[in-house]
Amino acid sequence: MSTYPENFRYTKEHEWAHLEGGVATIGITDHAQAELGDIVYVDLPKVGTKLEKGHSIGSVESVKAVSDIYSPLTGEVIEVNEGLASTPEQLNHDPHGAAWLVKLRVTGDDEIKKLMSASEYQEYVGAEG
Amino acid sequence: MLAACGVESLEDLFAHLPKEAQLGRPLNMAPGISEYEIIDFFKARSNDNATGYTSFLGAGVYQHYRPVLIDTIVSRGEFLTSYTPYQAEISQGTLTAIFEFQTMICQLTGMDVANASMYDGSTAVPEAAMMAVRITGKSKVLVSRVVHPEYREVLRTYAKHQGIPVEEFGYDAESGQLDLEDLERRLDGETAAVIVQSPNFFGIVENVKAAADLAHKRGALLIFVFTEAVSLGILEPPHEADIVAGELQSFAISPSYGGPYAGIIAAKEKYIRQLPGRLVGETLDARGNRAFCLTLSTREQHIRREKATSNICTNQALIALMATVFMTIYGKAGLRELAEQNLAKAHYLSSKIKPRFSGPFFNEFVAATNGSAPEPLNQKLLENKIIGGLPLRKFYPELGNAVLLCATEMTARAHMDTLAEAVSIQ
Amino acid sequence: MIRKVRQHISQNEALIFEESSPGKSGYQLPPLDVPAIDPAAALGKQNVRDEIEGFPEISEVETIRHFTRLSTWNYAIDLGLYPLGSCTMKYNPRVNEFVARLDGLAWAHPYQPESLSQGALQVISDLEAAMLEITGMDAVTLQPAAGAHGEFTGILLVRALLESRGNPRKRILVPDSAHGTNPATAAMAGYTVQNIKSNEQGLMDVEALARFVDEDVAALMVTNPNTLGVFEENIVQCAKILHDKGAMVYMDGANMNALVGLARPGDFGVDVMHINLHKTFSTPHGGGGPGGGPVAVKSWLEPFLPIPRLARKNDQWHLDYDRPQSIGRVRAFYGNFGVLVRALAYILAHGCDGLRNATLDALLNANYIRHKLAPYFDLPYTSPNMHEVVFSDERQAKRGVKTGDIAKRLIDYGFHPYTVSFPTIVHGALMIEPTETESLREIDLFIDSMISIAKEIETDPKMVLGAPYDTRTNKVDEVGAARRPVVRWKPERPASKAAD
Repeated sequence: MSTYPENFRYTKEHEWAHLEGGVATIGITDHAQAELGDIVYVDLPKVGTKLEKGHSIGSVESVKAVSDIYSPLTGEVIEVNEGLASTPEQLNHDPHGAAWLVKLRVTGDDEIKKLMSASEYQEYVGAEG
Repeated sequence: MLAACGVESLEDLFAHLPKEAQLGRPLNMAPGISEYEIIDFFKARSNDNATGYTSFLGAGVYQHYRPVLIDTIVSRGEFLTSYTPYQAEISQGTLTAIFEFQTMICQLTGMDVANASMYDGSTAVPEAAMMAVRITGKSKVLVSRVVHPEYREVLRTYAKHQGIPVEEFGYDAESGQLDLEDLERRLDGETAAVIVQSPNFFGIVENVKAAADLAHKRGALLIFVFTEAVSLGILEPPHEADIVAGELQSFAISPSYGGPYAGIIAAKEKYIRQLPGRLVGETLDARGNRAFCLTLSTREQHIRREKATSNICTNQALIALMATVFMTIYGKAGLRELAEQNLAKAHYLSSKIKPRFSGPFFNEFVAATNGSAPEPLNQKLLENKIIGGLPLRKFYPELGNAVLLCATEMTARAHMDTLAEAVSIQ
Repeated sequence: MIRKVRQHISQNEALIFEESSPGKSGYQLPPLDVPAIDPAAALGKQNVRDEIEGFPEISEVETIRHFTRLSTWNYAIDLGLYPLGSCTMKYNPRVNEFVARLDGLAWAHPYQPESLSQGALQVISDLEAAMLEITGMDAVTLQPAAGAHGEFTGILLVRALLESRGNPRKRILVPDSAHGTNPATAAMAGYTVQNIKSNEQGLMDVEALARFVDEDVAALMVTNPNTLGVFEENIVQCAKILHDKGAMVYMDGANMNALVGLARPGDFGVDVMHINLHKTFSTPHGGGGPGGGPVAVKSWLEPFLPIPRLARKNDQWHLDYDRPQSIGRVRAFYGNFGVLVRALAYILAHGCDGLRNATLDALLNANYIRHKLAPYFDLPYTSPNMHEVVFSDERQAKRGVKTGDIAKRLIDYGFHPYTVSFPTIVHGALMIEPTETESLREIDLFIDSMISIAKEIETDPKMVLGAPYDTRTNKVDEVGAARRPVVRWKPERPASKAAD
């Protein structure tokens, strides 16, 4: 069974967000990477991009599929995980850790609270699967 | 077989079609004919066309010698009758040849990556423009008036409904080269791409670097277009361009009344994910041997559907193979010598018939006229089995009676002398 | 038991660049009959390039061996049944290749005088006439270079007509069973795409369609027979729904080979369609192209067709550019003329009866395969099929073997795979199209192979998953290729250089 960190929050589109002091780290879940299979490319926004909750951040690609990533929160991109460009396979190995996607300076109020907790997400993917 | 299908007649196989959709009568066409009747039929059509003429037509379609080996190779059933190489294990022949093609196009153009082909040069240009729009996030496209007129028409058709305004910039009336001042005036912060052709429609070599510098200064990309691929055997490749869109008809592809030809798009490495069309990549098979497969397919319509980089599916693979065999046979020394012969022939012709523009030209040039319309002269030349130059009035009214003349390695000195004589006594 | 093939030796061959050695060449040019020119003087020193680095240097015999060796690594129709559904891999008659190379046709320059192009223009006229009789439409352009190019042209025509009526509208409806080119085309023509779900029979749902169609809909893009090989039996009602709201019906003619001589789109409500000459009319696929994508229309779309149009004046063919409502050009010159020649040769060879018989044979072959394989593979949609049949891997997937794995095992049996995982409305699709080309003997060989694989999956699924075993190249690492794309050859750097 995959483990979803308790201090992360999750979306139905299989992104996670981890908020620390006004900055949220965003990634895709272990369930998402497993569904996609071998990830070959990650398309991420530039630093400075302003994102609204639910809008596309970018996409992840396997050989035969493209999956959009949606921002779980509203904010501005302050850091992008550049390493994923040369080693997209990291997303398959460590989606909740080293293979985070972007860091956002969060501007929306309380959006994080509307996301799922680890146990809710676990239940959600269990039901979806 | 019918019994196995549980039907009594072939007609039962489509009896479920709604009655109003069924044709219910034979097609109103002649019965089938045999092989030699087919050959007779097309020989008659062939004879109704020009045969045995010497032609001075170029203008995007060039008469170059086609080594016999080309058709020998592309007629092999394994190349001719195979599909797009989606099943890599049993398509390595096509995949390897495309990989070689992509490499040769890069070597020729000075670009880093090239796709597996486009329909032709004219459709490669709007695809390159759309690519530039995606890359820059800007919309306007500036195209030189000395880019092939029909290519510009195709560009307008494609651009019209994608919110891409297309604006033209002029050429210098003395040199026949693009007007850099006009380009600079029209460039603005909304310009995604500047499109130039070299040699341009008048056969004249452009100052690509200067155009590229202007474009880059305003954050636009430079798209380099070529219609005469043989020129790349001698001309400096467009290192300064960001995208190259071209036509390979000159590489042993018969003129064939306008097609099929093969277009290409090549670009700088960083734009690889914005390329339209198929790409072949190198990899390994499970035994660790070098192998090739179609790659970066997520750009394409069968995966990304309405968000694809283009809707292109079928391309010009077999024609690209012709070009690959051509580039192999001529190779490093041959393409250079071929280009030098073209240069020499056209310059011999220009020693007899004065060019209208002063810019350096490769194998075609605009001929000044003494004021009379070219059509009667061309009509008279036909009696000597010579097809004269292309009257330019239709595309460039300001050039009046000027014609575009082309000479290739296949143009004999004697025919050039005949043409020159006819022009001088006109 | 594998009956069609056994192992044999295939030659190794390096890339042409690795075979090259300095100074070799395979070309011949006659001596110049005019004075040579100094390139730097004629062109300017800065415009003259150095030698083309890495370009081939190789002899003629090495060239022919190189490409012949490569060719032996390909599967082809000339080697056997090529059951790629939707792709229509039928025999490519060689007489078509011969006539396309006749001097007067192959060497015709597109700008040569019309008086010297009457033969070429007659070919265009004859093929136009044949297309109109076969499709039941009113006018046709032969300019588009391929199916997707035809789609683009067709949707631009729809747009132009609607614009002339005051409103180009916003949306194009595309069934979920459509080819990917359809939505990609709609987007290129400036429309948004709305996908509509098929019903339980895999057909267009008339009621659902009625709900979707409003004054913002420009057209429905429909493939008929659809990608399941099933004729859209409600097409006439669907067309009426569209037409009642002033919208058009675009038909993707990829499967027209199922209808030639039996039914005509012009008679069942289609306003505009394309035809794939490289499918229905047997012009060779050539490893991915060239193709031909004529677009046929009803009279109301005719004024908008691309320029130039073929016209008759003073007993001569000529090209008419004076078409003020035209969408313009979609391609330079007049289309893939050489492909048009081949398609016309195919039509002449078959004639009225032959074309219909070809269609019937294609239907028979597909239905025969369906009935023979139905006991072994799951058939998710049971509507009567036309020229192709779509199974699903549901039964085999329970043993861990999916459609892609079955396809790879089929290679060991000496066949090219069917179309894998398309249409996407069938989970794990096996899409099989035999075409009229195949004899009962070849089809039975194929059926035996499929049954044998089904049995292997029952007894030894693991073995099947390892296929193909007997190809010179086995499973290819597509993931590696996509992660670190290498799309051109580069010379290996000398060790000393690589070190710094």
